[in-house]
Amino acid sequence: MTSPTSSSSISAADVIKVARLARLDIDDAQVEHFTEQLAKVLEHFTDVDALDLSDVQPMTQAYPLANVLRQDVEQPCLDRDEVLAAAPQAQDGRFRVPTINGEA
Amino acid sequence: MASLPTTAADIAAAVSSGTVTASDVLEQHLAAIAARETDVHAFNLITTDAARQHAARIDADIADGKPVGALAGVPLALKDNMCTRGVETTCSSRILEGWKPPYDATVVQRLRDAGAIMVGKTNLDEFAMGSSTENSAFGPTKNPLDLSRVPGGSSGGSAAAVAAGFSAVSLGSDTGGSIRQPAALCGVVGVKPTYGLVSRYGLVAFASSLDQIGPFATTVHDAALVTEVIAGHDPMDSTSIPQPAPNLRSAVGQGVARMRIGRVTDLPGGAEPEVMKRLDDAFEALAAAGAEIVDVTLPSIEYALTAYYLIAPAEASSNLARYDGVRYGLRAPASEVNAMYGATRAAGFGDEVKRRIMLGTYALSAGYFDAYYGKALKVRRLIADDFDRAYTQVDAILTPTSPMVAFAFGDKVEDPMAMYLCDVYTIPSNLAGHPAMSVPFGTGAHKLPVGIQIMAPALGEVPMFRVAGALESAARGLK
Repeated sequence: MTSPTSSSSISAADVIKVARLARLDIDDAQVEHFTEQLAKVLEHFTDVDALDLSDVQPMTQAYPLANVLRQDVEQPCLDRDEVLAAAPQAQDGRFRVPTINGEA
Repeated sequence: MASLPTTAADIAAAVSSGTVTASDVLEQHLAAIAARETDVHAFNLITTDAARQHAARIDADIADGKPVGALAGVPLALKDNMCTRGVETTCSSRILEGWKPPYDATVVQRLRDAGAIMVGKTNLDEFAMGSSTENSAFGPTKNPLDLSRVPGGSSGGSAAAVAAGFSAVSLGSDTGGSIRQPAALCGVVGVKPTYGLVSRYGLVAFASSLDQIGPFATTVHDAALVTEVIAGHDPMDSTSIPQPAPNLRSAVGQGVARMRIGRVTDLPGGAEPEVMKRLDDAFEALAAAGAEIVDVTLPSIEYALTAYYLIAPAEASSNLARYDGVRYGLRAPASEVNAMYGATRAAGFGDEVKRRIMLGTYALSAGYFDAYYGKALKVRRLIADDFDRAYTQVDAILTPTSPMVAFAFGDKVEDPMAMYLCDVYTIPSNLAGHPAMSVPFGTGAHKLPVGIQIMAPALGEVPMFRVAGALESAARGLK
């Protein structure tokens, strides 16, 4: 099995799709601008594609710690009113958001 | 007032013993801010009233004979990506403008307990993404040594605050060089500790596997002192190393006799010749002080920049998903929630942040994950393995901190890759999780400061500070 490579450059369609995945509204001028800039950055990845990495284990953490847990006891938590005071909109002790899925 | 102490260690000693008051020390720093902050723009927020009250409390405690901490009365500036309860924390982003965190970062609590007095929150590249502070939504910080040039970044405000005498010490965060590079460009000391040595609780996350908090100071001893105060295990950060803070101040004066210092024979090129000359001077000075200079190779670090600019944006795209207009910060008006997300994030984030979110989202998306992110993590392993091999031969490694001295505004903003190259020597330590620091070592082009970077293995802060102390001594004799 051949592993996929990054040789194909990022397209305007990719940028539009990625912006949608990232919940970022962008206009046509920005699509062009970002496509060009992101392609330039990704171009450098061809050096990495040339490396044989088949026997290398990916490194996901800088310092090895595993299963870091705390005691299962009650601890003080953030003050609800103080947290909600920072929200754009709050109501009845909750965050208020605009309509979801067309439901009022 | 002329004889007031200026280093953190001297201020704390004088304030604790009652020879000067914390209030007098604070007023001197506030006067420096009043005189030059309009030009430098180191701060997003100056907390004058709270600082005066805090200084008065410390002076009252001392008058009452109560014990005070290791940083009693030391004016401190905090990068504006560290949470301060009830005090605006913006990350220099429109999306968090006006946000007042409901809790303090662990480092903030520890510094306050030690008696340090916060004078303000410093400017940064938005969400710590940049190498010049030009990406701040609130305008750039200027280099106090030459106002036509950048202070470096992303912790440019914290570096400039210390260089300008606005605070004795400051904190920054370093994901790919964001403490060390501005320290080099502003001529101050900057430290990125071992990943996990300093708690990240309350540091607004950029790339969680790389981010680390550390100090800026005018002396190596002060940098050691602040690192000791903020280091040590914190149960609130699950990546915090379960060990107490190391004793670093005693390492500073130990000298480098019989230490083995690595010179990287395959260092990526591109540094200014004056910068490389200073690196040669540094090796010469350490050899004269009794160290053995040993050639080492780090063959994979030429790929570090490429790997970093996939790993960091990938983590950022995930971390910055939380800015959705629901719980805090900006919300753009919209009648439906998905439209609200897209409009809020478009209005709230600047271009560099958008670029990195999209790059990261792309690298993590279906069909590209293995090709980009997976490979970048393997390159990260190669780099860590390179360091492990080198550290069987040497105790520390010296490189330039930045390939260039402070550059002019606008030089690199339009070309992301040119800006990213500022971090070519600093990124490898973040990928490996190792400590590294920058010490001012003479000047380069335009008589601007050059920083030398000292890298050490994980938890190698003691040998790193030994070398730093020796370089600081040697720098005094440089022409």
